[in-house]
Parts: sequence; C-alpha cells; structure tokens
Amino acid sequence: MDTDTTSTTDAAPRRGTRRPLGAGSIILLALGALAFLFPFYYMVVGSLQSSPDTSVAGAFPHPGNLTVQNYASINDSINLLRALVNSGIFTGGVILCTVVFGILAGYAMAQMRFRGRGFVFALMLLVQMIPFQLLLIPLYIMIVRDYGLGDSYLGMILPFAINSTAVFVFRQYFLQVPASLFEAARIDGAGELGILFRIALPLVRPALVTAVLLTFIGPWNEFLWPFLVTKDASMQPLAVSLANYISTVASATSNPFGAILAGACVLALPAVVLFIVFQKQFTATDLGSSIKG
Amino acid sequence: MMTHPQTTSPVPAAAEAKPASAARHGGGRPRARLLGQHPLGILFSLPYVVYVMGVLAVPFGFAVYISVHQYYFTAPGVDVDRPFVGLDNYVSVLSDPAVQQSFLNILVFLVINVPLTVGLSLVLATALNRVRWLRTFFRVCYYVPYVTASVAVVGVWLFLFQQHGLVNSLLGPLAPAPSWLVNSWLAMPTVALFVTWKQLGFFILLYLAALQNIPNELYESAAVDGGGRWVQFWNVTVPGVRSASVLVVILATITGANLFTEPYLLTAGGGPDGASSSPVFLMYQKGILQGNPDVAAALGVVLVAGILVVTLIQKRLVGGKEE
Repeated sequence: MDTDTTSTTDAAPRRGTRRPLGAGSIILLALGALAFLFPFYYMVVGSLQSSPDTSVAGAFPHPGNLTVQNYASINDSINLLRALVNSGIFTGGVILCTVVFGILAGYAMAQMRFRGRGFVFALMLLVQMIPFQLLLIPLYIMIVRDYGLGDSYLGMILPFAINSTAVFVFRQYFLQVPASLFEAARIDGAGELGILFRIALPLVRPALVTAVLLTFIGPWNEFLWPFLVTKDASMQPLAVSLANYISTVASATSNPFGAILAGACVLALPAVVLFIVFQKQFTATDLGSSIKG
Repeated sequence: MMTHPQTTSPVPAAAEAKPASAARHGGGRPRARLLGQHPLGILFSLPYVVYVMGVLAVPFGFAVYISVHQYYFTAPGVDVDRPFVGLDNYVSVLSDPAVQQSFLNILVFLVINVPLTVGLSLVLATALNRVRWLRTFFRVCYYVPYVTASVAVVGVWLFLFQQHGLVNSLLGPLAPAPSWLVNSWLAMPTVALFVTWKQLGFFILLYLAALQNIPNELYESAAVDGGGRWVQFWNVTVPGVRSASVLVVILATITGANLFTEPYLLTAGGGPDGASSSPVFLMYQKGILQGNPDVAAALGVVLVAGILVVTLIQKRLVGGKEE
C-alpha cells in the first residue's frame, strides 16, 4: 500500500495544512491517542503483575505486585528464543526475496524495454486482485501435501516470497529516475547489473527502507499461514506459539494472562521499536523530495 | 566500467551505426526486434513471473478445480480417483447452516467495522492534518496497533474484556451478562471493534495522503462564503477524499472477508455457538481439520464471489456521485 504521502505536508506547507490550529483537534487527537496507547500500557503492566489485578486500581502498578516471573513462565511453555529465531528466519527470508526480486522486476519494468513488459505489468495488476482466502486450500495442498514442505522455513516463506506491492513500489521509484541517466551509463558501456547497483539503487534507497519496513510487518505478524504449515513446536514463529498457548495451554495455568501478556510484549516489541526508530522513513519516502532536497 | 560484461545489452544506436554487424545476424534484423531493446529485462522479471504463476495463478485454477471435484488428501504420489461432481460442493456449502451463519457474522462485522473505520479515520486524519504540535507523536500512536501482531494485542483485549476484566470493572452494574466475548449478541461486535481499533492507523494514513491533494483555496473560498468548520468538512473535505473513501471501504471489506485470527483467538474458535465464526475459519475447519478440501475450496470461491459483488455495490454507492 502507498504510505508515503504524509511527508509532503512537512515539505510543502502551502497545501491544505496552513489552517488555524484548533484546540478541538488537539483534544480529539489526545483522546484518540489514549485509546490507542492504553492497551499497550496495560499489556506491559499486566505482564509484570504477579497476580492479575483487573480492578481499576490494577491499571496503576502496585510495587508489591510486580514480578518478571511471567516472562520466565512463558519461556518455560514456549522456547521464546527459538520462536523468535523462527520468526526472524521467516521474516528475513520474505524480506530478502521481496527486495531482491522486487528490485529486479521493478527496475526492468521501469527502465528497460523488452518483449513482454506489458504482460508482466498486466500480471502484476491482476494478481493483486486474487484474494488469499481462495488460495488457502490449494496452497496448503500443494506446499504441505504435495511438496512436503510442512514444518519447513521454505514452506512458510513461499506464499509471501514476492510481494506485488513491493514490485509496484520499486517500479514507481525507478520511474522517477530520469531514463537519460541510465542511457548515458549504457553508452559508457556499463552492464545492466552495474547500472542497477551503482546508479539506480543508491537513488532509491528510501524506497528500500520503506519496502523492508512494510514487508517486515506482514510475516512478523502473520498467523494463519505459519499456523497451518507448522505442527512442530520447534519450527513455529512466535505468533503461532503464542496463539497456541492462548487457545490451549493458558487455561491450565495459575496466572495465564500474565504469561500471555509477557509473550505478547516479546512479540510486539521488535515491530514497535523498528517502527518508532524508522518512523520518519515510514512516511518520508517521496523520492522527489529526497533526491532534490 | 565493464564490471559485468556478460550483462551488457545491445545498444540499438550502436547497432544501427554498424550495418555490417547487423547484416551478419541474417536479414539485418537486430535482436532488438525479437526480444526488445533490453532483452535482459526478461531475465530480471522472470523470477517474479514464474513466482506469480506458480504461487498464485496455478493455485487459483487449482482452487476452482478442487471445488468441482470430490477431492481427498493423500500422501504425495498416491493416485486416487477424484471424480467430477459439478456443483455438489457448492450445494453443500450453501445449504450448510454454519456457513450461512458465518456469512451473517461477516455482515454484522462489516456493518459495524466499515462505517466506523471510514468515520473515525477521516475525522482523526483531518484533525491530524490540522495540528503541527505533537504531530509525530500522534501519528506514532495511531500507527502502533497496526504494526503490532494481532496475536499480541488479542492478549490484551482478552484481559480487558474478560468476565472480571477492567472494562466490566469500569462498567460495574452496566456490564453485560454473559460477558462480551461469550455473549452471542456481543461477540461479533467486540471482534469488529477490535479490528477497527487495530487497523485504523493504516486508514488514517490513507486519508492523510488524500487530504494533501485538496487545494487550500477550496477551504479559503468556503471560509469566505461564511462556511464554518463543519460546513467546510462536509462540503470540501468529504467530497475531496471520495476516491480514498472508495479505497478505504473496499480494503476494510476485504479485511472483513479475510477475518480469521481475531475471532479464532478472541472467541475461542468462533464461539459462542458459532456467533463469531468466519467463512475463513470454516474453510480451515472443513478443509484442513475435517479433511474436506473440496467443500472448503467451494466456500472460498463463494466468499470471493460475494466480496466481489459487495465491493462493486460499495464502489457505486460511495464513488457514484462523480458521474
């Protein structure tokens, strides 16, 4: 999805933004922010309580009721490190494939004239309309049953390996680089791969960061597909292990919510930190402003 | 710099300049004619095309094939008879009360989720667009639920909305009985509320982008005509973001159609008594747990066809005034 346009507000205050600063807006936004952040605050507080306190007072942590025992107990049920490594491999594999093949296809479609280019473009638009629900059963049969890729990283990665949205994003960025730049390099005798790595890639670095961030969210948070593919607990990404814990084991434990919330914090932290650190790049991805400015 | 000589593509200008070399290719037609100016482009986009064919196009056809056959799971390589059964699977899907219930559930979900998503994200995006102070902070707040795994935040909602949870403590005697997630009237609305909250940041961002394209002059002239904030919102902002609204409505609908994780975890697999089961949950149950992939595939086709129809209707309703 296109998430890049809010940055233009910062760069170009003439459009639509120079309007009186309303106190009403601030109050509205503050109320909204409270509703959006409170569950996260409550998640951390709940994960640190030794006995669950669901009264209103429980929202304010009481020093005597604080413990890290919940983290230890979720780690006993789920091997957190192992699950995080699985999530990392799954996510990393998807990002790697998306970026490598997305850049190649995006560059080719934007800056190279070849037979079949129209076909590739039509294909790209077409597949974005195929919903995943329809593919769920056939992909399960093919990947798990026919190819025997159940409980494997490849099986997890395969349906997400190349993201058409990423191809589209890269194509849009490469289109904005003047073609004359590439023609000049070609006349100088540079190979296409050389042009891609030495000229094109440095120019579209913001697109790269955006693509990595956008791609990260998908597999890191994905539940349904890895849930279908992995039955072996040692292969499950954290989202799947935690979900299984919520739906089966939790009811048998003394403080199930503490453990669930501790696991939830571990699962949420990488994505939230990554997003906050790269918050600027998440929005400021307008190539126009980034190469001109 | 010829670091990758093997990847050099023929430059047509050079080929034209050297007719002698072109003539050697028989008939004087350069390779450009057959494969295009940069044949390497074919190689660059090949992995993507092969991938799309193998992981999307073939399964797409396979889904339709399965749905009209009697299909069993077998070990790899084992050949069993899978007779063509026509529309039998579709008949059994459409006549299944559990399936009908799940479509009704999705309808309840959409009726709550879509208007709430459109309204809240537009209002919040408009407010966010107006302030400079703390803008980054607010943007991060709204975006954080979207970037966080559903599985993680589901945990907090379970904690908040359980029988003796914080929400019921706050409500006191007003707390619903049975509680939110085990109440057949409230389970689906609670799921819809959760998904709205979770996804809103993404839609706020879409609207923020659309708001940049409304010229300030429109607001100014509305203000000159004596229109207050409210008039400006209705007469300038709402029509100005119409195409974004179409997108928001369609994407929110598709999210609803894909619903699985949230009811599965929030309401322990679509309870109480199927009141929050979703079509995708039934696909999982029928196809993978009960070993009827043919019925599940037919359900997938029905679901997608239904979403297509709903989407087209929405497009007409939301974007129709432009004609």
